[in-house]
Amino acid sequence: MTEAAGTRRIVVEATINGEPQEFLADERDSLLEALRDRIGLMGVKEGCNNGNCGACTVILDGRLVCACLVMAAEVEGSAITTIEGIASSDGLHPLQQAFLEDAALQCGVCTPGFIVAAKALLDVNPHPAEDDVRLWLAGNLCRCTGYDKIVQAVLDAAGDGKESA
Amino acid sequence: MQAVRYARPSSVEEAVDLLEQGGDRARVLAGGTDLIVLARERRIDVDLFVDVKALEPLTAIRYDPADGLAIGAAAPCYRIAADPAVQEHYPCLIDCATLIGGVAIQGRASLGGNLCNASPAGDGIPALIALGTTVEIAGPKGRRTVAAEAFCTGPGRNVLTSGEFVVALRAPPPSDRAGAAFRRFIPRGEMDIAVTNAAVHLRFDGDRVASARVAVGAVAPMPLLVEEAGAALAGTPLSEATIAAAAAAARAAARPIDDMRGTVKQRRHLAGVLVTRCIRIAAERAGVQP
Repeated sequence: MTEAAGTRRIVVEATINGEPQEFLADERDSLLEALRDRIGLMGVKEGCNNGNCGACTVILDGRLVCACLVMAAEVEGSAITTIEGIASSDGLHPLQQAFLEDAALQCGVCTPGFIVAAKALLDVNPHPAEDDVRLWLAGNLCRCTGYDKIVQAVLDAAGDGKESA
Repeated sequence: MQAVRYARPSSVEEAVDLLEQGGDRARVLAGGTDLIVLARERRIDVDLFVDVKALEPLTAIRYDPADGLAIGAAAPCYRIAADPAVQEHYPCLIDCATLIGGVAIQGRASLGGNLCNASPAGDGIPALIALGTTVEIAGPKGRRTVAAEAFCTGPGRNVLTSGEFVVALRAPPPSDRAGAAFRRFIPRGEMDIAVTNAAVHLRFDGDRVASARVAVGAVAPMPLLVEEAGAALAGTPLSEATIAAAAAAARAAARPIDDMRGTVKQRRHLAGVLVTRCIRIAAERAGVQP
């Protein structure tokens, strides 16, 4: 990332995965660039960089967003959850465990986005029907699995009864 | 990303000043789901993003039975879809707010942005036109309003001049025996751009259609209000004949192009099909058996 003339550095304060943070970013950074390149949260993936694939999905103030479609400067004072904030200190989130047990990933690039999106679904709908899962995850693309195992993993995690962990 | 600056004005006047000083290279940032992509892919040259989401009139959603609905131009789709007054009185807007993009796009994208982006296939625009929405604009010379159907002037083009931006979308108050609906055709279930879309608003007086507004999208350089289709419905009770006449008028008004999403023939056909479906749903929502 080269810095063009006229680009300013900015300081952004935000709560990231529960921890208040202050970070330096380029004024033209997207949230995706700030999370990866400035803060080092490499679990947030860059796929299409135009809002179609969902690989960079994070939770911003309680709402799912594509981090590539948010400017870093916009998140001042906000709370952000990335894949790094999904597991607790006790172990994997039930969704992460279900993705492993159901073999719901192959190359893994889409997986962080899927898990963050699925967590947001289970937060509002702890026992979704299959159609609910497929519709909710329509903004996340996977080119490996064919989706069935991902949908099954989300349904299995919901059946665990630990979905709001 | 090009070397863009970011500003978050705290008043409408400050936003107008920033936009006027910045000229064509200053752009209004609402949900960013179109703008950030356009800037990143250098399809536009931009020096300044003017983030309007700190301005209360741009994010508020207000309903009053006498004044109707005012949706802040930057209010995201998920908030529109979750608003009890919109759900009760303007289900036509729920139709579009719940199918523009996926969940992550609806978390940010606004109907005001959808209108200003002026895509011929914009899924928010036909509903705004059918509802008779007026677009409230702030600018260096003060406020003005433009009818939704007169706002888009071509693909990616609209009536805004230097320093102007959209503050709110104002839909008239609902009437007792009125209903509206929006539908689109896409080849998959979700997350796609309309091959054709349409919206219809019907107001009844007894069994008679007192007024009808029919809009179609993705069949012309901008979404169209088809006055001939409304005229075919107004003044008589709904019948198979008047519905067919409205559909024929929509097909006749369509002047689509062939592209990767559909052909001229398919789009013209779909304009009739979608208008027919929207008429039936709008009538049902008005409590009238079509």
